Amino acid sequence: MNDPLNKYILHLADNALILAQRNGEWCGHGPILEQDIAITNISLDLLGQARNFYQYAASLQGNDATEDSLAYLRIENEYRNGLLVEQPNIDWAQTILRQYFFSTYQYLLYEKLQAADDAQLAAIAAKALKEVSYHLRWSREWVIRLGDGTAESHRRMIQAVDALWRYTGELFIPADYENQVGVDVSLIKDAWTEQVNVVMAEAGISLPEKTYMQTGGKQGIHTEHLGYILAELQYVQRAYPNSSW
Amino acid sequence: MPVQDLEKIFQEKIDQEIKIEPRDWMPEAYRKTNIRQISQHAHSEVVGMLPEGNWISRAPSLKRKAILLAKVQDEGGHGLYLYSAAETLGMSRDEMISDLLSGKAKYSSIFNYPALTWADMGAVGWLVDGAAILNQVMLCRTSYGPYARAMVRICKEESFHQRQGFEALLVLSRGTDAQKAMCQESINRWWWPSLMMFGPKDSESTNSDQSMKWKIKRKTNDELRQQFVDMIAEQIKVLGMRLPDDQLKWNEERKHYDFGEINWDEFWNVVKGNGPCNKQRLDARKKAHDDGAWVRAAALAYAAKKINTKNEKAA
Amino acid sequence: MAFQINKNFYGDIPDDGSGATLPQTATETKNEWPLWEIFIRSKQGLDHKHVGSLHAADAAMAIENARDVYTRRMEGVSIWAVESKYVHASNPDDAESFYEPSEDKIYRHPTFYQLPDEVNHM
Repeated sequence: MNDPLNKYILHLADNALILAQRNGEWCGHGPILEQDIAITNISLDLLGQARNFYQYAASLQGNDATEDSLAYLRIENEYRNGLLVEQPNIDWAQTILRQYFFSTYQYLLYEKLQAADDAQLAAIAAKALKEVSYHLRWSREWVIRLGDGTAESHRRMIQAVDALWRYTGELFIPADYENQVGVDVSLIKDAWTEQVNVVMAEAGISLPEKTYMQTGGKQGIHTEHLGYILAELQYVQRAYPNSSW
Repeated sequence: MPVQDLEKIFQEKIDQEIKIEPRDWMPEAYRKTNIRQISQHAHSEVVGMLPEGNWISRAPSLKRKAILLAKVQDEGGHGLYLYSAAETLGMSRDEMISDLLSGKAKYSSIFNYPALTWADMGAVGWLVDGAAILNQVMLCRTSYGPYARAMVRICKEESFHQRQGFEALLVLSRGTDAQKAMCQESINRWWWPSLMMFGPKDSESTNSDQSMKWKIKRKTNDELRQQFVDMIAEQIKVLGMRLPDDQLKWNEERKHYDFGEINWDEFWNVVKGNGPCNKQRLDARKKAHDDGAWVRAAALAYAAKKINTKNEKAA
Repeated sequence: MAFQINKNFYGDIPDDGSGATLPQTATETKNEWPLWEIFIRSKQGLDHKHVGSLHAADAAMAIENARDVYTRRMEGVSIWAVESKYVHASNPDDAESFYEPSEDKIYRHPTFYQLPDEVNHM
């Protein structure tokens, strides 16, 4: 349960699951039907990625571990997702920006991960990369559209940057388990920054120069939001223990 | 050509099973009836996302979460296909949505009932989608071309909806005592409302006659309802559960199941807006629409800027 | 045509024949995203086929929306999106003069010609 590879796979899985959960909250509530369907597609892709990672982690753990025991029966401080993905939807601007920041990161990450020594991780990353490439395109276009749209959309994008920028630094600081397995995330930071700068410039949104970067999620120390997410996510499993669904 | 002749030609086409297409002449009442029915149908899909949508975050396994997300998303897609079909009759989606939000346009009353337990996801799939599918299969042959084509696409996609619902209940029916109880309780709540989905009795339905003549509808409310009861009364045996109707009994003479009287007071009460969730559902749709206004405006503004830049470059 | 219903989709051509769309109906709000007709090639080698329509703010979005709305079940390998107002349609009132003249030209069909069995696969 505590070896670095296991922790690393769970970290990848948790990121995907928590963002899938957040995006899924839009289903039925999107700004227009077409985009409701689009964000749900992204949620489904991320959920699929999470399942692949959890299933792999479960197979390594053996015993009675399953994708569901890993997703539904771990508590807050056992979750290793970054703080960014657990931030609330708030509005379309924050949802879009969260997706864009994360998809840019995930794209660079999976690009390297598909060459990993671990064949299973490499295979999951290679498959997911195609999905992420679409998420990136979709969210990038929306970032520009909102940044360069109306005065209100521009203002909301600025608010979104203010809310989310502080959670981006953590993505590139290797956690203890990342020092031993997987991709060295410190190496993708420059590429991420460069791409984000280009897109934000096109959107007409300036990024803060000095922001204190919040950390902790990857080590299990989260914002208060995660507790509520897990309360919902895990409620049925915990209310009816030892049942099949 | 006098209107009577046009109407006669129109009816002949219908009788010969020739589909009516958007630019064809049609009686104004035919157009209105189709707009009303198709937009109601579209609204039902979109409002129908809400009761199930509220369980996406709580689905008890990752597999069920994926299935539910995909299913609720499909309903959004179906709403979209139907709005598109209605738009060919000259009414914009914006107009239809504003009619929904103002309460002028109706949607299926079934979605004004709350989804209270996980078992409801199964019961909604099995009973509610099951009832809807009977209606939808019939509508694949409806006389208005764009509506019929939308329904063919929808029926193709819907085929997994009822199956996943039944399968979710099957797992519960074979599970722990608590799961079995959850399953039965949910069936108890959804059975009668799903029978009401077929609408008032034929003797009291105002829209049926003309709709049958124009082949917008091809089976009466009571025919479809009977078909549904006959189907479900058999399927429930596999679940080992019971339907909450003491009068449900096979009638050898009719070769159909007899069933008890529907509580029509409840039906009309919910139609009038007094169902458990009428307000909540409309409020949710209003909120989504209002919160989305700035997003839609921003996308339009950006698109306009792009076109202007292009034109300037070209000039 | 006195009995033509008022439609503003599928690129109805107004009476002056200029090819622009009919004026929008009074109740239509200005803020609606334009309507697009979507055509999908289901696999290589087949034509793009009309599958339905959707709303999008611009062409790029129309194609992406079509991908999300109309290819969720592997229905396609290629998408065309055409803004609905640019589709010009023939008028059903012209049907007789357009299509019936071809009905008696049966010599255009191969079955019109009776050949000896020896060349039956021509």
